[in-house]
Amino acid sequence: MSEIPGDLKFLKSHEWARVEDDGTVRVGISDHAQAALGDLVYVELPEVGASVQAGNGVAVVESVKAASDIYAPVSGEIVSVNEALTDKPETINEDAFGDGWLFVIRPSDRGELDELLDADAYAEQIENEDH
Amino acid sequence: MTAKTVLNDTHRALGARMVDFGGWDMPINYGSQIEEHHAVRGDAGMFDVSHMTVIDLHGPRTRDFLRHLLANSVDKLKVSGKALYSCMLNERGGVIDDLIVYFFDDAHYRLVVNAATRAKDLAWIEAQAKDFDVVVKERPEFAMIAVQGPNARGKVIALLHEGDRPRIEKLGKFAAAAAQGPHGMPLFVARTGYTGEDGFEIIVPEEHAVALWQALVDAGVKPCGLGARDTLRLEAGMNLYGQDMDEDVSPWEANLGWTIAFDEGRDFIGRSALEAQKAEGVKRVMVGLVLDDKGVLRHGQKVLTAQGEGEILSGSFSPTLEKAIAFARIPAGEPGDIRVDIRGRELPVRLVRYPFVRDGKPCEGI
Repeated sequence: MSEIPGDLKFLKSHEWARVEDDGTVRVGISDHAQAALGDLVYVELPEVGASVQAGNGVAVVESVKAASDIYAPVSGEIVSVNEALTDKPETINEDAFGDGWLFVIRPSDRGELDELLDADAYAEQIENEDH
Repeated sequence: MTAKTVLNDTHRALGARMVDFGGWDMPINYGSQIEEHHAVRGDAGMFDVSHMTVIDLHGPRTRDFLRHLLANSVDKLKVSGKALYSCMLNERGGVIDDLIVYFFDDAHYRLVVNAATRAKDLAWIEAQAKDFDVVVKERPEFAMIAVQGPNARGKVIALLHEGDRPRIEKLGKFAAAAAQGPHGMPLFVARTGYTGEDGFEIIVPEEHAVALWQALVDAGVKPCGLGARDTLRLEAGMNLYGQDMDEDVSPWEANLGWTIAFDEGRDFIGRSALEAQKAEGVKRVMVGLVLDDKGVLRHGQKVLTAQGEGEILSGSFSPTLEKAIAFARIPAGEPGDIRVDIRGRELPVRLVRYPFVRDGKPCEGI
């Protein structure tokens, strides 16, 4: 299991969120989540321009084993999606916290970021899940 | 409570991701299910299938008993070591379980049944066996390792006692024989499997299972989890009990008609129900589907046909074909254009004859 980058925030449902320099929020799934799902084979991404609500399902990742909804960590507008995943969904398995990102949201309420788990709290949650 | 096979610590030491599988703590993969799948298609992989239930049947009337118990006919087994795939039915013609029966002699046969159905199978078999004075003996002291792939037989044979090699080399498909493995361990080697590749399923006394596993690893056989086993058997067009058929599904409705033997005068359990269904016309059929669009067919998805709705039984991403494949049960009759409802979107699928993959290659028309 790779280290959890300290600048990330998390949902309990294993999505990560990173605030970029321009104030947008990049979203992916954690390394723990990709390992639990197994080999990813298909990603259904949201439309650029779509408006999303924090906590709602906006994307789907499918592994050989199961389909899994991806929830928006914050509300706002989708400004970009990772098209490269359409042909190479396994990128998420290889680099969940980097090249395996899913989409970028321009948040409408930055206060929602404070509701997310920090890296330590998330690490503690998955630690507890494993026992 | 979760049961563990004798290889549990071995799986964990290899870094397996473990899951609960019918009450057993089993490896789903050792890293990448897709790599394991390809290892079996292209070389040799192995699976711990020790959770499966081995049952020995003894008594002078064992053959008569099995002629009554099973929908396929053990009369086809004439040579010691020969094996047969069969369904065990209830009186309604529903499938209690599917199994493999091995013939030793008229007074001794062996069944290998599914793990998840162990308790009900044993209860059913014991109840039926009473009238035939057959002794039903579970053999929990056995472990089982399936070694599968184009190079599987060669790698296993190289580990056997020299004197046994020519005999096991010549073993036909669906036949089994005893042989000595590494350090003289006693093995029961069957040329059977659940992957669509050649290979062996090896029954070994528990105390030797770890040593046999290690010898196979050293011979270059890749440990594979039950995840790969599932995609391999689906590509090979093999049913999974509980997903593709159960007690409310007859062999006719599960594409298992080929396993029913209506030999004259043999009164097997479920026969009259099967004959009645056949005479009336079977209402549901099991078909193979391929999704050419992106997406994954999954168990429980709704299937739309010109004759009405059906549902996906086993469905998954096929690593060999790199697209989704599935079994579905749909109403009988001309289905027209078939669609599958995936999260509210109706995607077109192709009806195909399966197996989808055989001996490492996509089948024609897939």
